[in-house]
Amino acid sequence: MTVTAADPAAPAADVRTGRAVITGLGVVAPNGVGVRDYWAATLAGTPGIGRLTRFDPSSYPVQLAGEVTGLEPAEHIPSRLMAQTDRTTQLSLIAAEQAFADAALDPAGLPEYETSVVTASASGGFEFGQRELENLWSKGSQYVSAYQSFAWFYAVNTGQISIRHGLRGPSGVLVSDQAGGLDVAAQARRYVRAGRRAVVTGGVDASLCPWGWAAQLTSGRLSTRPDPDRAYVPFDVEACGFVPGEGGAILLVEDAGTAAQRGAGAYAEITGYAATFDPRPGSPRQPTLRTAVERALADAGLTPGDIDVVFADGAGLPELDRIEVAAITDVFGRYGVPVTVPKTMTGRLYSGGAALDLATAALSLRDGVIPPTVNLRHLAPEYAIDVVRQARPGRIRNALVVSRGYGGFNSAVVLSTPPGSISEH
Amino acid sequence: MTRRVALTGIGTVAPGGIGTKEFWELIKAGRTATRRVSFFDPSPFRSQVAAECDFDPAANGLTPQQIRRMDRAAQFAVVSSREAVQDSGVELDEVDPTRVGVAIGSAVGCTMSLENEYTVVSDGGRRWLVDHTYGVPNLYSYLVPGSLATEVAWDAGAEGPTTVVSTGCTSGVDTVGYAAQLIREGSADIMIAGATDAPISPITLACFDAIKATTPRNNDPATASRPFDRSRNGFVLGEGSAVFVLEDLEHARRRGAEIYAEIAGFASRCNAYHMTGLRPDGREMSAAIDDALRQAGAAATDVDYVNAHGSGTKQNDRHETAAMKRSLGDHAYRTPVSSIKSMVGHSLGAIGSIEIAACALAIRDGVVPPTANLHEPDPECDLDYVPLEARERRVDAVLSVASGFGGFQSAMVLQRHDRGSR
Repeated sequence: MTVTAADPAAPAADVRTGRAVITGLGVVAPNGVGVRDYWAATLAGTPGIGRLTRFDPSSYPVQLAGEVTGLEPAEHIPSRLMAQTDRTTQLSLIAAEQAFADAALDPAGLPEYETSVVTASASGGFEFGQRELENLWSKGSQYVSAYQSFAWFYAVNTGQISIRHGLRGPSGVLVSDQAGGLDVAAQARRYVRAGRRAVVTGGVDASLCPWGWAAQLTSGRLSTRPDPDRAYVPFDVEACGFVPGEGGAILLVEDAGTAAQRGAGAYAEITGYAATFDPRPGSPRQPTLRTAVERALADAGLTPGDIDVVFADGAGLPELDRIEVAAITDVFGRYGVPVTVPKTMTGRLYSGGAALDLATAALSLRDGVIPPTVNLRHLAPEYAIDVVRQARPGRIRNALVVSRGYGGFNSAVVLSTPPGSISEH
Repeated sequence: MTRRVALTGIGTVAPGGIGTKEFWELIKAGRTATRRVSFFDPSPFRSQVAAECDFDPAANGLTPQQIRRMDRAAQFAVVSSREAVQDSGVELDEVDPTRVGVAIGSAVGCTMSLENEYTVVSDGGRRWLVDHTYGVPNLYSYLVPGSLATEVAWDAGAEGPTTVVSTGCTSGVDTVGYAAQLIREGSADIMIAGATDAPISPITLACFDAIKATTPRNNDPATASRPFDRSRNGFVLGEGSAVFVLEDLEHARRRGAEIYAEIAGFASRCNAYHMTGLRPDGREMSAAIDDALRQAGAAATDVDYVNAHGSGTKQNDRHETAAMKRSLGDHAYRTPVSSIKSMVGHSLGAIGSIEIAACALAIRDGVVPPTANLHEPDPECDLDYVPLEARERRVDAVLSVASGFGGFQSAMVLQRHDRGSR
């Protein structure tokens, strides 16, 4: 891979390596807010799925969701900013704050234009949008908020995080449904390769409003089963769709050299990435997920035997699970690698879900433990994969994270033990 | 050796004419395509003008099922991408489809379909607990506008890296920059990349009314978009798309493709200042321009034409005039600068790509498109904005800039491809 030359304005004694490491995590998940609580809940197999409380779901065929609870955004965000933001933006601002704190990095001390933001989004500030559509159509155009023009669009989280933390480098927003959370991590790595010191990335989504719910229902992929323990059971004989949720993770990615220089520890290095797209429906051509996985491994310079755990997409629908299992067994062999789906505890968080999986994989690398997949009772007999059902300790050098988006997006990221850690030298 | 990126195909859907040729004729002639909104009755709104496309999806080759399924923005993107692929002469059947990617930019995604569907499921805004049984089956693909890229990829048979870039009003430039990077780093050999937006819907008019960003010049729609003019008072909302075929330069050379230009430099910066406000000194846009020129290996004096953001709001036109002076120095005064938004309006995320189409054609034909409706320049906007009439001049290097809500500032440099260069 080529690297764009760094800015000539860079300091003379440059320690930059162009290698991207994750140094900070911020988590807003249905089963835990903050890295510590989330990780403890996840290792313990504690789920955060329940009946929707944000609105009365009685009239809808799906009534379960992963809601972020125990967090009052108004306690973290100035009232002026509360009024002009959707919940998804509030949650992403809180997660970004956590990520900076976790990395012990104050971006104000860094050179101008060397800090960036790139986030994934699926639906923008959708609940805010429903309120303003209602104002427009029930009362009239003069009742539409002055904030609607920038509270709903997909770029809102990146823009608000940039403003809040004074981040002025190249920044972006990608929308590739659930795969977007991985695509932005790759973009963060590109920014680091091009000379940025710190990049805020990840994604937080929330469209748990009636209008967002109606739109999600039409994907045909939501589970209508009412039992929270049986509704979202990827790879199970009873797999019948997924439970949606809200939240996600924001990650702080830094150049490995400048991070080490300031004495910051790293969870993991982003070493591999690839994305592909599936053939159109009805095409005789094969799905391309396997190609994405193989290319991500090649990008990392690794072979399948180097991968110690796969964080699977786990769509929870038999036709999609089958494709993923085929890709995993084609690359790694039958029962060739531990596979886990911690999102069985949170539901699928759209672009926040893949970002949260990256955070989870980073924690897994740090602590040498694979978090469990919950609620899997009977693995479908044709799936020759080793699904981790209880936290499993072991040496983890490299983790593969897989995510797919509606329509055919496939993305894969490899996280590896960061440079400078004992296992590398 | 670093891979280089060639622009080999252009497809355009723009107000005033469907297709690249019609678009180019319109703006070369300095004609405007702004008019009173015709899609719905605009009389309740403060700003009632827009640059609308007279677009018939069936006449442009879309099937009844595609028309039913796709938001108007997706329809624009698919029609543009087909024209771009055809224009490039590339035979997509002959390349590995996993080496062909898609990147589509959009600021507001499937707004039009979302609002239409909202009015039905909410029964005209009467129900907070909307009735989902009235929603169309593909409503999800409007909720998450990744569908814009999905439709283009399906249509082209692309199986490489595919995504939507959504950075508000810089999306059209950022998408081309993103796609160029994927080619440069070797993640794809060909990218179908560009941007689309179809935002002319009541909610969009209402939200720009609320912050007085759009012009209230309703009595004279044809001259309503007045970038850099003393009398400018807001932008005119537009719609449309432009999509390109970008290729690894060696790939394009091997097949003997006609190369419009090379994507020589791209940079973006954030102002970290305000979601809609701009610092008057233009420093972040200037930083993006400097970086884009540096990547292109170009000096400020190499720039033959600047395609401005030129939205026609009071603050934007001053902001970018300041940025150009900051980056180009005295050369800013000697370089033609124009805003085609004066003719085709501001189609939010799409316009950045439509402007890149104009830049590529300016290089090909040696014509700088004008800024229409510019009769009396704002004293604070004192550059050469090519008023009213196009200008013939050789163009080897173009700078195109964009600025958007969220604080995004982007700059791209296109350079003529010298066949002898290595």
